[in-house]
Amino acid sequence: MSVLVFAEHDGAVLKDATHKTVAAALALGGPVDVLVAGANAGPIAALAAAIEGVRKVLLADSQAFSPPIAEALSALIVPLMADYDALLAPATATGKNFIPRVAALLDVSPVSEIIAIPGPKTFQRPIYAGNAIETVESMDAKIIATVRPTAFKAAGTSENAPIENLAIPAFNVATQFVGEELSKSDRPELASAKRVVSGGRAMGSAENFALIEALADRIGAAVGASRAAVDAGYAPNDYQVGQTGKVVAPELYVAIGISGAIQHLAGMKDSRVIVAINKDADAPIFQIADFGLVADLFSAVPELTRSLD
Amino acid sequence: MKVLVPVKRVIDYNVKARVKSDETGVDLANVKMSINPFCEIAVEEAVRMKEKGLASEIVAVSIGPAQAQETLRNALAMGADRGILIESDMDLEPLAVAKLLKAAILAESPGLVIMGKQAIDGDNNAVGQMLSALLGWPQATFASRIEVQGERAMVTREVDGGLQTLSVPMPAIITADLRLNEPRYASLPNIMKARKKPIDMKKTADYGVDLAPRLKVLKVTEPPGRKAGIKVESVEALVQQLKTAGVIG
Ligand SMILES: Cc1cc2nc3c(=O)[nH]c(=O)nc-3n(C[C@H](O)[C@H](O)[C@H](O)COP(=O)(O)OP(=O)(O)OC[C@H]3O[C@@H](n4cnc5c(N)ncnc54)[C@H](O)[C@@H]3O)c2cc1C
Ligand SMILES: Nc1ncnc2c1ncn2[C@@H]1O[C@H](COP(=O)(O)O)[C@@H](O)[C@H]1O
Repeated sequence: MSVLVFAEHDGAVLKDATHKTVAAALALGGPVDVLVAGANAGPIAALAAAIEGVRKVLLADSQAFSPPIAEALSALIVPLMADYDALLAPATATGKNFIPRVAALLDVSPVSEIIAIPGPKTFQRPIYAGNAIETVESMDAKIIATVRPTAFKAAGTSENAPIENLAIPAFNVATQFVGEELSKSDRPELASAKRVVSGGRAMGSAENFALIEALADRIGAAVGASRAAVDAGYAPNDYQVGQTGKVVAPELYVAIGISGAIQHLAGMKDSRVIVAINKDADAPIFQIADFGLVADLFSAVPELTRSLD
Repeated sequence: MKVLVPVKRVIDYNVKARVKSDETGVDLANVKMSINPFCEIAVEEAVRMKEKGLASEIVAVSIGPAQAQETLRNALAMGADRGILIESDMDLEPLAVAKLLKAAILAESPGLVIMGKQAIDGDNNAVGQMLSALLGWPQATFASRIEVQGERAMVTREVDGGLQTLSVPMPAIITADLRLNEPRYASLPNIMKARKKPIDMKKTADYGVDLAPRLKVLKVTEPPGRKAGIKVESVEALVQQLKTAGVIG
């Protein structure tokens, strides 16, 4: 089954989610090609060409894809799909935004957030905030799906595959990009970090959230948050972990002042080791935590940060 | 401007879904059902537009069983003007839902469609994008702020790195994210008033679109559980455990 994989990047870095999506594509069969769309994206294409198992990289180098507007991506990808049996993109904000669109234009039912590929056209995906796993078989002529990156092991690197420059079709997109406000941080990226420290409503203020950041920095972790903490303005929206935020599965996840609502668990319960610090011994987070500490975070977290010196 | 809001009846977000023992699906018998939270946010946004004089009429549309009338009543109590129920007992895929909504939208010709980004049962996050593609209208998903400026809507979106702002000409499809607004509670008088608002009852057959499933559900199973861990007595004990588990140096 020939598969086209959409590369996730930010113009400077090829995201690890791409390597994981290539792994899912290889599980579907192959050959696997990677599409890199962006402005001055040559260096990204070179990185994609080095992913193990990739046959070739299609480079769509144009300002039209920077940032990747769903309508523009669809106009690029739909004609390309004449040559492929499947299209996979990581289940990131970008992937979720354009994949269903491409599917509708091809009259295909998209499959969202696949976590396993038990058969050639069979997929597993979480539903109901991860409280159930659905196994579906596609009866469509093509597979159009997003891949949950945390569920797949990243493909390795190998010799460089060839890069083919695509002619950019003329298209007219009514949607205009106005601007963006991106969070800047020297910390590892939340979605792929090996360690994550998250704070909840109990932090009480944006200032107090510094306790989370200090602990995170001590152990080289990314910072996450519950929805309640984001809603209250203690942390930016892109920190939200959960059913409708980011899904993470680090080696270590530390949940601080987070009760453990199902929507939060949906985004972190596949972490290898989960630590919870909460003053309520009955908080649901303790039911999934490997190590629970019943304590007031305002004394326990600084103490923990200090003791990791 | 007429605003159309598709709303879905789903399991209440406070209820933990349980898989049926025969693995054919999730047990919804005697389970509390509610309006999908993201749809509620979409309704709220439309009502605020009407309060600001930007919207003239709000039409809520639901596809689902007869009980989805309650979901529409909920939207009407929040301030929608009328409802359309497209009755279906099938569990329709996003593609079929998008095709039905497209047909309903062509019949209503709204100036704007605001809907949820995701239904919390199937967690597809797909219908809005698909509807936009089928209609050939612009899409602005995951909205945390909508500002109508003449013929266009400025939409701030929650993306992976932060926030992005798009300007889309209307009619357009906008999908709501959590931070768009905080939905109101319907007051008792408004709940009473909503009972008298009209709901147009339709059948899927009225729209003549292909609803055939494309995905065969082979089974629905429990996710792998986690073994309950232990409670530690002190920060010191916690650090010790983390060292033993090899997750910190
Ligand atoms: C449609 C929908 C989607 C959602 N999506 C998400 C999502 O993606 N991610 C998400 O996180 N949530 C999501 N939610 C929200 C979710 O239901 C919960 O409301 C939210 O996760 C609660 O956040 P919290 O645990 O920080 O706050 P709370 O539930 O208020 O918990 C705070 C915890 O802090 C503890 N605490 C208080 N003070 C202290 C102290 N001094 N020291 C130690 N502990 C203390 C309390 O015991 C309590 O357990 C969603 C909800 C809906 C309806
Ligand atoms: N059966 C339905 N009836 C009305 N609207 C729906 C239905 N299913 C999905 N939607 C709309 O599409 C949005 C996204 O749903 P989904 O793509 O299924 O996650 C929901 O928030 C609703 O606004």
